[in-house]
Amino acid sequence: MKYDIVIGLEVHAQLLTQSKIFCGCSTKFGNPPNTNICPVCTGQPGVLPVLNKKVVDFAIKTGLALSSKIAPHTIFARKNYFYPDLPKNYQVSQYELPIASKGHIDITSGGQTRKIGITRVHLEEDAGKLVHQGAAGLRGATSSLVDLNRTGVPLMEIVSEPDIKTPEEARVYMEELRKLLVFLGVCDGNMEEGSLRCDANISLRPEGQKEFGVKAEVKNMNSFKAVERALAAEVKRQTEVLNEGGKIVQETRLFDEASGKTISMRSKEEAHDYRYFPEPDLVPIEIDHKWIDEIKKTIDELPQAKKARYITDMKLPEIDAGILTSDKALAKFFEETVKLFNEPKEISNWLLGDVLAYCNENKRSIADISLTPGSLFEAIKMVKDGTISRKTGKEILFKVIDTGKNIKDLVSESGSTQISDDTEILKFITEAIKDNPGPYQQYKSGKTTVSAFFVGQVMKATKGRANPDVVNRLVKQELDK
Amino acid sequence: MELFELTSHELHALLVKGETSSEEITKSILARIGKVEDRVNAFMTVNVNEALEKARNIDDQVAKGAEIGPLTGIPLAIKDNMCTRGILTTCSSKILRNFVPPYNATTVEMILQAGAIPIGKTNMDEFAMGSSTENSAYKTTKNPWNLSTVPGGSSGGSAAAVAAGEAAMAFGSDTGGSIRQPASFCGVVGMKPTYGRVSRYGLIAFASSLDQIGPLTKDVTDCAIMLNAISGHDKKDSTSVDLPVPDYRKALVDDVKGLKIGIITDLMGEGIDENVKKAVLDAANKLKALGAKVEEVSLPTLKFGVPTYYILATAEASSNLERYDGVKYGHRSDDSPDLLNMYYNTRREGFGPEVKRRIMLGTYALSAGYYDAYYLKAQKVRTLIKQDFDKAFAKFDVLLSPTSPSVAFKIGAKVDDPLSMYLSDIATIPVNLAGIPAISITCGFSDDLPIGLHIMGKAFSEEKLLRVAFTYEQNTEWHKQRAKL
Repeated sequence: MKYDIVIGLEVHAQLLTQSKIFCGCSTKFGNPPNTNICPVCTGQPGVLPVLNKKVVDFAIKTGLALSSKIAPHTIFARKNYFYPDLPKNYQVSQYELPIASKGHIDITSGGQTRKIGITRVHLEEDAGKLVHQGAAGLRGATSSLVDLNRTGVPLMEIVSEPDIKTPEEARVYMEELRKLLVFLGVCDGNMEEGSLRCDANISLRPEGQKEFGVKAEVKNMNSFKAVERALAAEVKRQTEVLNEGGKIVQETRLFDEASGKTISMRSKEEAHDYRYFPEPDLVPIEIDHKWIDEIKKTIDELPQAKKARYITDMKLPEIDAGILTSDKALAKFFEETVKLFNEPKEISNWLLGDVLAYCNENKRSIADISLTPGSLFEAIKMVKDGTISRKTGKEILFKVIDTGKNIKDLVSESGSTQISDDTEILKFITEAIKDNPGPYQQYKSGKTTVSAFFVGQVMKATKGRANPDVVNRLVKQELDK
Repeated sequence: MELFELTSHELHALLVKGETSSEEITKSILARIGKVEDRVNAFMTVNVNEALEKARNIDDQVAKGAEIGPLTGIPLAIKDNMCTRGILTTCSSKILRNFVPPYNATTVEMILQAGAIPIGKTNMDEFAMGSSTENSAYKTTKNPWNLSTVPGGSSGGSAAAVAAGEAAMAFGSDTGGSIRQPASFCGVVGMKPTYGRVSRYGLIAFASSLDQIGPLTKDVTDCAIMLNAISGHDKKDSTSVDLPVPDYRKALVDDVKGLKIGIITDLMGEGIDENVKKAVLDAANKLKALGAKVEEVSLPTLKFGVPTYYILATAEASSNLERYDGVKYGHRSDDSPDLLNMYYNTRREGFGPEVKRRIMLGTYALSAGYYDAYYLKAQKVRTLIKQDFDKAFAKFDVLLSPTSPSVAFKIGAKVDDPLSMYLSDIATIPVNLAGIPAISITCGFSDDLPIGLHIMGKAFSEEKLLRVAFTYEQNTEWHKQRAKL
């Protein structure tokens, strides 16, 4: 029996605001426990929430970038459940009338580009952290310490339609969504640190059937790869159960990195009744066109549109376009260099070959290094002019990054200008021929490949500074005399 | 007259003339507390040393030329559901038996800045749930007019303190009548401002969309003074309204000529004491004699007020009280084997029966499958009640009713009959549901117990209410009587 896979993803993104969603505490990660707190986010008796406007700005921005409808009237709701990392024992979230809905994002998988629907985007507050003592996790712990630094950090929940058809698509969806959120500057997209989290709902149904099968919820996927692995494992498990005539139980399963399998969390028999009701301590937010237009102005060209433009208008290969648009700073650098020198492919080669190699080796990003589009343009120009060789160009570029010095200064300092002058080069060729009578005889007797030896000698004598094209031409010319 | 018997505006006049000092006033109040408190039981905490120290500071500053504002040097009691930094705040519940807030409620901060002397924290129905102060987990406050009767609730301690001369004025909170009903039982003035007029930040929440802080005072002038001091927008409270605050003292004008007053017939019928009805009608006639136009009016949806309230308020409360779990502050049950049991034991031990009752009601009303039939339906009825008031205020300037169906009942008379207890708020509850302001002032006595006249106005019409109340007060003598202790 063949099954169709049905996957929906729920992504939680921590928003990059300075302050928490309902109070002025810092959202800075890594401070000592219970230092980024105040009466409001620790749920003291008598406190009240006050909404951080920037959080709403970011949600509107994301909603627009996902082509969704921004709610003209949106409200918060209380989601009630008891847990020590939730001081009020309710989470202020959104239930009815979320801030954005009915959007989509494009993904390219298996050579095809498809739209994945976005059901809704909503805002909520994060909970704190529990640090269990006496054991690796909750099981067997003797006590738990509660750190409320993270309580109240703003979260944006993005729920997809169950449009995703394979575990690979799920990974691509996560990557595209992350790219978008980072591009917008609303989230830093770090799954390992927990600023981007993903839960999945997955079910199978017989090929062609319209009704959904029973779904399982999968949690604890802490990287894009884990998402793909976990869902693949779940497809395998559900297929086996169904093929043996069994039924899928609607439950929550945790992904176990070590075994690569999903494990049932069968501790809860009943589903939570969260008793959602509108948050009476907050007023509804009215979002008018003026506000939406203000936010629209802050959205730069989105990565997918940018990539398409690089391919269509600049005639870049898809691979180049993909890498250049994967990082906002890199794309910006690229575009500014193209403005100075309209040869996109040439510039792309330099950026993706040389500059990125430097960045990766030194574990820095393009935004951190002291290279400007101007310097890159200078380097490319000098090579094109013949002032320096391509090899030198790469070296000089690295020197520019290391020292921050002006490229022209560095070139004259190092005396690494390329020798392109015929007369100059002829001197070296004459020397080389004089010093190597044997190979010269070999050439004269018909072994023309020996010319490479002489080219090598000239390059050696000029410490690589001789213009290879000129050397090749003149060596042939002299040998043929 | 003794200092503890005077109103704050009378004390202010003496301070300005240099005829008394803040320390003397505070000592008089403390001495009065010493004399009567063991019979009245109004206070959870009396801040003897802090009060005297603050009073002396105020006197020093005044001697150095500091201005004497209307609240400067005036001893003020604070209901124990308002957070006071460094001072035990219990909501008269065991679950907060050891809770010392790290911050002041905004309104507490405001009166401190104005130079008031915080004399102590008053007893209340636990978490403001009750109409007699008998639901306090610690003590029963007695009505100073008759110690075998209740002071009303939930701000019974504050109302009794003012009536007994144990504070010049007091803070109360009102969710379904908890300022106005004790005011009527204790023969003092009590006002619930328009929802959003006064900040709720630091008021330990019972029902977020209904709670308001307000004054309990000896007369209408003091009420206006306190309202001036506590009104205004608070950035920390998203439900507080950003509207300018008028000088409410300017509303204290002895003139109701031409004002249109409506008596709500639905609140003058069955279940209301005959003596109470008579007193209210006499008050209406008095206002008529003074030039107001008095008519009858019916607001038919008011009969749904109590059931609507007991769904909405309990629903919000069931959520607001979830934070009391023994994890962060307050009581934590010892020796629980695991987290779930710690939650169960802590809350079982910490909450009293009425609180548990309401948490269960509210949880039920919000639960899956019942939300539409109860919570959502109640919200719709709430809108209808508000619309009834809007219609009435298109015709009338203010509306009248009794504050409560009876005078203060005997201690213990209703503890076994929660529904009967709930019905004592039949007149006050609709006001909270509609978010409008209302004031209770004394309009007579029955069996030597005070009767309260309930005056309601449309949103942000506190000035009109004060004017009507002031006029009535200036032309009657009820407010001059004091409980004999």
